[in-house]
Amino acid sequence: MLSQLPILPVLVPLLAAPACLLIRRPRSAWLFATAVAAVTFALTVQLFLRVAEDGVLSYALGGWPPPWGIEYRIDSLNALVLLVVTAIAAVVLLGAHGSICREVPADRIGLFYVAFLLCLAGLLGILATGDAFNLFVFLEISSLSTYAMVALGRDRRALVSAFNYLVMGTIGVTFILIGIGFLYMLTGTLNMLDLAQRLPGVGRSYTEFSAYAFIVVGVCLKLALFPLHFWLPGAYTYAPSIVTAFLAATSTKVAVYVLVRFSFTVFRVEFSIMALSLQSLLMTLGLLAIVVGSLVAIYEADIKRAIAYSSVAQIGYLVVGIGLGTVAGLQASLIHLFNHALMKGALFLALTAFIYRLGSSRVKHLANVGHRMPLTTAAFTIAGLSLIGMPGTAGFVSKWYLVMAAIDSGQWWVAALVVMGSLLSIVYIWRVVEIAYFPTLEGGAGSTIDATASGPEAPRLLLCALWILALGNLYFGLFADLPVDTAGRAAATVMEADMP
Amino acid sequence: MEALSHFNYWVVIVLMMLGFFIVIAQPNLVKKLIGLNIFQTSVFILYISSGKVIGGSAPILSEAITVYSNPLPHVLILTAIVVGIATTSVGLALVIRIHAAYGSVDENEILRRDREC
Repeated sequence: MLSQLPILPVLVPLLAAPACLLIRRPRSAWLFATAVAAVTFALTVQLFLRVAEDGVLSYALGGWPPPWGIEYRIDSLNALVLLVVTAIAAVVLLGAHGSICREVPADRIGLFYVAFLLCLAGLLGILATGDAFNLFVFLEISSLSTYAMVALGRDRRALVSAFNYLVMGTIGVTFILIGIGFLYMLTGTLNMLDLAQRLPGVGRSYTEFSAYAFIVVGVCLKLALFPLHFWLPGAYTYAPSIVTAFLAATSTKVAVYVLVRFSFTVFRVEFSIMALSLQSLLMTLGLLAIVVGSLVAIYEADIKRAIAYSSVAQIGYLVVGIGLGTVAGLQASLIHLFNHALMKGALFLALTAFIYRLGSSRVKHLANVGHRMPLTTAAFTIAGLSLIGMPGTAGFVSKWYLVMAAIDSGQWWVAALVVMGSLLSIVYIWRVVEIAYFPTLEGGAGSTIDATASGPEAPRLLLCALWILALGNLYFGLFADLPVDTAGRAAATVMEADMP
Repeated sequence: MEALSHFNYWVVIVLMMLGFFIVIAQPNLVKKLIGLNIFQTSVFILYISSGKVIGGSAPILSEAITVYSNPLPHVLILTAIVVGIATTSVGLALVIRIHAAYGSVDENEILRRDREC
């Protein structure tokens, strides 16, 4: 059993998804999916501890030794991201039932959980695999189920958003496929570790250059890095709220992981970041994403859309850290990856609760919600403070490391822009907090409250899930050892010229 | 003659650009999907062409043959074709739903109707 551990987190949801298809009753399907996510989470905790203890775990699929067979390879980098993704999946599913019953047509709820589990399996597969082509297949598994989930939104614009996402996503993944094809032509191997060892031997060529270029552009499309982000706000706004909470906290993180894996493990850092001018490119685009994403978020009337644009900005932080090309920068990125999952998960779950009770996430409809739904609003505020980077919250830790990393490499202006991005996020978070607690004089705030909504607070399980993430934001703000140490170890491992 | 020896790769480039152009320029959602298909198919041809070994035979073990084509890219593309079919079917299913919701599959028309309400 233990020797099979590296593949189990992928296998369990992948096999559970068709089994879930047999369950027709929404409640049973939800219980089943939540149980599966919890089991997967327990498995990744096991895996995480094993990796922390013994170092890299390698698993030969079907007993075919790598580099011929497909290898699953878990080091501290993907162990960390695996932990984040499964934890978020389990927590989000815990609170999903009420909101999904409200937002998804009754006859499709069972199918929704099937898509959710498939998406989870795809994301975990991307993380666990050490084979470039296998990564492509899992990328498509997660993408296709994501399109289906986005299209389940109530608004008809969800369909158009899902279609646009499908077109952009397919182009992105096909670009990655082209890049992997070039790598295979150069080296005759698909195993990432083997690729890393063989690539320096084949000499610099345009093929190697275009392979990397195709992969980076493809991943940046999936990542929604600034000029390629157009699919993201629509997809996040019109998807069912629970789906948004899950996607915002996991799928872009996985794309960041793919970027890190290809830039630092497959292509060495001397080639990917230093030799090409990618450093300046990633930094510029990342900083632009921070500024533009935050500015758009400030002017959005719909808070769900505003937080979606804030995701575009936060992706900027992650990419800036990678673009620094130093161990400290990568460490900061990975810490932020961990923390951002916590805060975005909490923010979108709070919005799920608002939408559940008020039927809207427009800023003006949230008037006085701080008194109607005090627990939800408090959790939203905590997550918002974390997003801003208040000391004592998780967001502060990652911003601190990012600013330090930027100063260490002598780039003061990057540090300044990162701080400025935080100031901008105060504006769009404060807008919500202000109207929630202090509904001002403008236009009869009381009349906008939906009088038909019954209970005062969100469903208990949703609140529970929300507060787990909100408390996570506080806990990892005060005791940041877990993400900081693991990210440090992962960054050091990945940055070493030769993988162990 | 040098250029013609890479005939397959020229076809790949032409198809890829054609497909990409259709995806970008066509407002009709079904045609967009067809463009996407052409784009993906060009990548399939790229892979398959790379597996060809000049003078090589089909990879079936036989005493008389010493040179074989590389079967691995073909197998990989078999997977990619399946993925492509899945993508197309999800895309077409979405187009059907969009048509039911908007009464049109034209991107400009859909945008206009959304702006109206």
